[in-house]
Amino acid sequence: MKIFVAIKQVPLRDSPLHPDSSGKWIDEADLSFEINEPDAYALEEALQLKEKHGGEVVVLCAGPERAAQTIREALAKGADRAIHIATDNLGALDTLGVAKLLSAAVAPEKPDLILTGLQSDDLGSGQTGVVMAELLGVPHSTIIMQADVREGSIRVKRELENGWFQHIEMPLPAVLTMQSGSNKLRYATLMGIKKAKSKEIRSVTPPELGGAAAVVATIEKVYLPQKSKQTQIFEGDAKSAAAQLVEKLKFEVRVL
Amino acid sequence: MSILVVLEQQGGQWHRMSWETLAAGQQLGAALGQPVEAAVAGKGIGTLASEAATKKLAKVWAVEHDLLDSYTADGYTAAVEELIRKIQPTVVLFPHTYQVRDFAPKLAAMLGKGMIGDCIGYRSESGKLVFVRQMFQGKTAADVSFAGAGPWFASFQSGAFRADQVAAADGGAKPINKVSVELKSEQIRTKPLELFKEAKSAVDLTQAPLIVAIGRGIKAPENIPQAEAVAKALGAEIAASRPICDEGWLPMERQIGSSGQTVAPKLYLALGISGAIQHVVGMKGARTIVAINKDQNAPIFEIADYGVVGDIFEIMPALAEELQKAK
Repeated sequence: MKIFVAIKQVPLRDSPLHPDSSGKWIDEADLSFEINEPDAYALEEALQLKEKHGGEVVVLCAGPERAAQTIREALAKGADRAIHIATDNLGALDTLGVAKLLSAAVAPEKPDLILTGLQSDDLGSGQTGVVMAELLGVPHSTIIMQADVREGSIRVKRELENGWFQHIEMPLPAVLTMQSGSNKLRYATLMGIKKAKSKEIRSVTPPELGGAAAVVATIEKVYLPQKSKQTQIFEGDAKSAAAQLVEKLKFEVRVL
Repeated sequence: MSILVVLEQQGGQWHRMSWETLAAGQQLGAALGQPVEAAVAGKGIGTLASEAATKKLAKVWAVEHDLLDSYTADGYTAAVEELIRKIQPTVVLFPHTYQVRDFAPKLAAMLGKGMIGDCIGYRSESGKLVFVRQMFQGKTAADVSFAGAGPWFASFQSGAFRADQVAAADGGAKPINKVSVELKSEQIRTKPLELFKEAKSAVDLTQAPLIVAIGRGIKAPENIPQAEAVAKALGAEIAASRPICDEGWLPMERQIGSSGQTVAPKLYLALGISGAIQHVVGMKGARTIVAINKDQNAPIFEIADYGVVGDIFEIMPALAEELQKAK
């Protein structure tokens, strides 16, 4: 089977973030980047499905030149080839715009399955996979823990609220958005890293994919969140901070 | 010109976030001077629609069809799309539930429109309506506006508005508008099967008055006893953010957050938890929140009453000792 995995490159978890001079995005100057975590789980699921059923795993990523590093890492883990939608202004696109580009790159390839993470750690919209399914005219399901491929169909385990799950069946091709944590992520092997160097990364531009769609949503301003509470911070060494905290817990919060 | 609030039900039971979103809709309607309507979709929803009609609304729509008995993205998208084409609202609001995440973006895309999801509020900025949402796991906020003509789609995060602020109908309940939608079984491509739970032992963290929760900062399972020692000295239940349970370091039923339990204890002590949105929605109702984290910019400090910026591996043993002494 042919599986597409749409991945995104996002700032490293725990990066210090500050709005940039435009006030409409964050300052990326000193940031390092990595694969969006839920997308790493989507890639892992794809690689496991390929191991079971054979076929091909193709990585799809829209982003600037630096995204090539994340694409290369996905190839080193075992993806067969990649399509890089080269764009420097990903931030200017909304979900519909990005999903249109991704779908345009996927459509002529006619994959059996398209996987992506349930949301990105940067924007966190959680919509791209669902919108891609609509644009491609295929069924989808979101927040998936596990996927079992049968003849021409797929059975998935979907996470619901409050500890509930549901099995859902649908015909292929389909789009699934994957939840984090459902598999153990693999590391790239030395052999994998070596092999990745000769794997194909096809670079395409937005105009080659029919151009971006009209913008339907715009980020007006990015800012550090306003505190909803005044936090009293206890200073000093560990012992002194712990003692101050315990005193509060005893005499003000009254839980001791 | 109207605001449509799409309420969520499952098996004849309201999703509690439906009323929070209705409160948001009523407030937005008052701010924009637009009438507010509400819709509920499903099978056998007469009673629910009647209950919605007791709220302050210009209209209540009951979208009823046998094929809407179990939720499917295809069924619900087609049904709500038909309603939207009929009543032409300018803004469509949803609660940001798992179900809405599954179908509302598809609905917006089908109409060539955008959706701003997981919003925590809205405001009018020099005449322009902006929706406020969190980005980067809660580390930044953003104002997002719609471009082009409506309908505009938005969903509100759990707890962003208060259900007890829903205004009741003045002058008795409104009549219910029944909508019959065209829906054929072949339009529905997914087949929903059984619902099930996996957790065997029932740890009901919602009843725990004191909770000590650990996050990624705990680093390794062999460090968990240090947190358990704090919990024991405090007489608290131990809980965790999602990554800890995904790793199997603590059982799934001890997970707090959007996919785990939602708690409101007297005290929530967060150890090495950064405060990603998915975790915070499960615990922000705690009466007192204490955060201990090495990163002073961690979003958990935005909601913490007390905090220590430092290494949890130094503070946990010190805290366990001080707690013992205080007893």
